[in-house]
Amino acid sequence: MRIEGLHKRYGPLHVLKGIDLDVTAGEKVSIIGPSGSGKTTLLRCVNYIERPTEGHIYVNGHLVGQKQGDRGFADIDGGALARQRAEIGMVFQRFNLFPHLTVSQNVEIGPVKVLKISRAEARDRSRELLNKVGLASKRDAYPEMLSGGQQQRVAIARALAMEPKLMLFDEATSALDPELVGEVLNVMAQLAADGMTMIIVTHEMQFAEDVSDRVIFMDQGQVVEQGPPSHVFHTPHHARTQAFLSAVLRKRQPR
Amino acid sequence: MTDWARTWHLLPYFLSVLWSGTIMTVIVTVGGFVASILLGVLFAALRTGSSRLLNALAHAYVEIFRAVPVLTQLFIIYFGLGAIGIRLSPIPAAVIGFGLNGGAYLTEVFRAGIDAVNKGQTEAALSIGMTKLMALGYIVLPQAIRIVLPSIANFAIGLLKDTSLASAVAAPELSFNAHMLVDETFLSTQIYLLVAGFYLAMSLPLSAVVRMLERRARRSQRA
Repeated sequence: MRIEGLHKRYGPLHVLKGIDLDVTAGEKVSIIGPSGSGKTTLLRCVNYIERPTEGHIYVNGHLVGQKQGDRGFADIDGGALARQRAEIGMVFQRFNLFPHLTVSQNVEIGPVKVLKISRAEARDRSRELLNKVGLASKRDAYPEMLSGGQQQRVAIARALAMEPKLMLFDEATSALDPELVGEVLNVMAQLAADGMTMIIVTHEMQFAEDVSDRVIFMDQGQVVEQGPPSHVFHTPHHARTQAFLSAVLRKRQPR
Repeated sequence: MTDWARTWHLLPYFLSVLWSGTIMTVIVTVGGFVASILLGVLFAALRTGSSRLLNALAHAYVEIFRAVPVLTQLFIIYFGLGAIGIRLSPIPAAVIGFGLNGGAYLTEVFRAGIDAVNKGQTEAALSIGMTKLMALGYIVLPQAIRIVLPSIANFAIGLLKDTSLASAVAAPELSFNAHMLVDETFLSTQIYLLVAGFYLAMSLPLSAVVRMLERRARRSQRA
């Protein structure tokens, strides 16, 4: 995946100020930074849920959301964009499970309606994925009957059911009670071990350090510093990175 | 013979005429209801969609059909279209009239329902590769309909009673047949009491459905 010169403006608000980023297949990249730094917006631009004001995104060498014509770049139509999004999994802070569908239907609806695979095949796939996230027994439950951690694991299974080549995690554990964070991080770590390409926006510094190949520190719409976790967490060069990390770590001191 | 004795004597006749009117009332109500739902969903989808032109079109439809009394609309459809050569029988004219009028009302109801569904639902649907139309059909509308179900049921009760206006374009429904019986026998009190009974018999079960739906909606809100 490659991001080139990405800008996002909301009116006078300049949220992303020129982001360039390469992520190779199988790489796990964590994005950290203070709230309002543009981490989430960046992630949402990758699958075009948020339309970039400027810049280009390539996944698997294909331009996302746009095509290059004689007169520059133009938006592609909704069907083509949907096909591109099908290859990019996304996990949201607020889970966003479909409340009117059971757990297994949540996982199966994408494969059946979008990939048009048979219901039997979709059922096999959902069974396997729900096993993997440890929720095989909740197949027929509705989302409202599950804990936040369970809901988020279903959301991960729902994204994986599309067999994406890239997974985006938008603060996947921020809305969870502290005792439920671990079960979701375990599933994500398992996924990382399986070789999935992942971009993870997170406030879980220990997790970012353990799982990522690379950590990116963002502030005020820019990438301030990036590198291997050991470098960013333990010998950060930039003053803003140091300030952010010491503020975050100080908060954790009492433990 | 007193009026009440005459009524008793003529009762089988009254009931059979009112019964055939009741069937027409049900036909106009059900037809108008189905047309209202279809038009309401269609225009609500346009209202919440991304095309500005279609949005403006749907907006104009709602404003026009909400601003003109349904009786006027019925006259225009029945007499007005007749004048330019499109001659409709009273029943189809009434179904079309109530459908267009109810569709405008339900457009706003469905739109409110769609707006009430969390935006994250659409985003999640798009993120697994659905198009906007699929997201609306499979994810947003089913949730929106649950939210607005009580309003739709209330609309159905209103529509049932409003169909009495179709008597103005000579649709042989319950009220129209009642007028005819009154003209024939001058037993207005007795006949309209019977008519009220017929409307009650149709409305009360619908009211029970509304109460049940409202209870269910409150329960699911708590959950």
